[in-house]
Amino acid sequence: MLLTITGLGLGAMYFLIASGLSLIYGLMGVLNFAHGAFLTVGAYATWWTSTHVGGGPGTKLLVGALAGVAVGAILAALVELVLIRPLYRRPVEQVLVTVGLALALNALVEAIWGFDARSFPVPSWLIDTTTVFGANIPNDRFLEIGVAAAVLVGLTVFLRYTRYGLIIRAGVENRAMVTALGIDVRRAFTLVFALGGMAAALAGVLSGVYYGVVDPGRGTSLLIFAFIVVVIGGFGSIGGTAVAAVVVGLIQQYANYYASSGLGDLAVVLLLAIVLLLRPEGLSPKVAH
Amino acid sequence: MPLITVHDLHVYLGESHVLQGVSFEVPEGGVTALLGRNGVGKTTTLRAMMGLVPRRGTVTLAGEETTRLATHQIVRRGIGYVPEDRDVFAGLTVDENLRLSERNGSPRYELVYELFPELETRGGQRAGTLSGGQQQMVAIARALLNDNPVLLVDEPTKGLAPLLVTEVAAALERAAELATVLLVEQNLAVVERVAQQVVVLDSGRVVHAGPASELLRDRAKIQSLLGVSGGGH
Repeated sequence: MLLTITGLGLGAMYFLIASGLSLIYGLMGVLNFAHGAFLTVGAYATWWTSTHVGGGPGTKLLVGALAGVAVGAILAALVELVLIRPLYRRPVEQVLVTVGLALALNALVEAIWGFDARSFPVPSWLIDTTTVFGANIPNDRFLEIGVAAAVLVGLTVFLRYTRYGLIIRAGVENRAMVTALGIDVRRAFTLVFALGGMAAALAGVLSGVYYGVVDPGRGTSLLIFAFIVVVIGGFGSIGGTAVAAVVVGLIQQYANYYASSGLGDLAVVLLLAIVLLLRPEGLSPKVAH
Repeated sequence: MPLITVHDLHVYLGESHVLQGVSFEVPEGGVTALLGRNGVGKTTTLRAMMGLVPRRGTVTLAGEETTRLATHQIVRRGIGYVPEDRDVFAGLTVDENLRLSERNGSPRYELVYELFPELETRGGQRAGTLSGGQQQMVAIARALLNDNPVLLVDEPTKGLAPLLVTEVAAALERAAELATVLLVEQNLAVVERVAQQVVVLDSGRVVHAGPASELLRDRAKIQSLLGVSGGGH
């Protein structure tokens, strides 16, 4: 039970990073290698804010998380407006820019706050455990799963029932035709980047809670698995991304426990290889829903 | 004064010089058919007018040059576009496809459902599961939903059964009462039924322009310009 819930918690974080990546690629065709940096910056913004506000650990975490998520959204929107927008239809340059930006933002974080991990404000009730079927589960796992589920529901409702959601779903299928209906799809691009930045920053907050610390390499290490989740789930599909995130999180945990520590990463790569061989378009093809 | 003026339009697609200085005028009202053999640049001309491919030259709509505008801005000047491959959004329902096309507060659902009653009954069905003819109805309905003074319609009868061709032709006739239509069409029977003017392209250039009836009467000219015997097919 502990393994399963921990795997789901890990999957929740993968989902939060991967959902933004998936929508950004599905709609805009941009492979955003700077997405992990949104997570890192969001996590550091949360940590920094929490050290500058009063109140108990819960208040610090909540205020910090709000600031972190806002910073993630603003940073992502700025990146889209300033760096990505001039490079539409130039995929090689986009990759170079996003890789360069990821390196630059990581270096900036290291230059300001150093290489050492910083202790994250985690309230004691999140560290405490709850007994489920005889297993003592740390409460933070429930928070991670709950937040990811809420984001999944929120994104689904947004995509299904709002005008911008409709534009994004259509844009994932055929961007040129959306513009041929008189819709300025660039606004949707900025919105998707901002949403992706928010979700990544939220993953940064939850990873801080999960690990108890935040460090400059966090975004990069989680981004690798997020890319795997996106490929398995199918670019542009939120539902596929959610399923793939859960599968990857669980397989990683089970393999690490039942086989050998460290084998979880290998098991995930093996899963990726199998999916690419049998179903290269991923679990759910390119339709945002 | 013509409603649309296309002047010296050039398009390069890769190494290929697809449009080599296309110039023609479209008068206000009725249907102007853009004709020519396969691969002469008819679809590219419409795509260039829409800003969907990089182009050089000028396109003027009601006195305003649109060449420097982005596609969505061109459309907002009052152009409805029905692409060659229909390009309906397969993952969206029929209702969602139509709702996405709404640009103002008074979409003309009554008109659309009068022309294509099937779309009303199939509103909740995913467009990707519709037949080719039904998808064409969605594509035309999207263009008619807004009060567009100009419609660019690219091969709307391509691949359709004869009964559906008649239905689409009737919809085009009705559309022509409401807007100026520039129609790319291979089916000369449809051209004969709906078009008043024709512009013929060959190898990326305009080789003939004039009244439709004049060209359609001249079988030798149809044979030389279009490579078909005339009288519809």
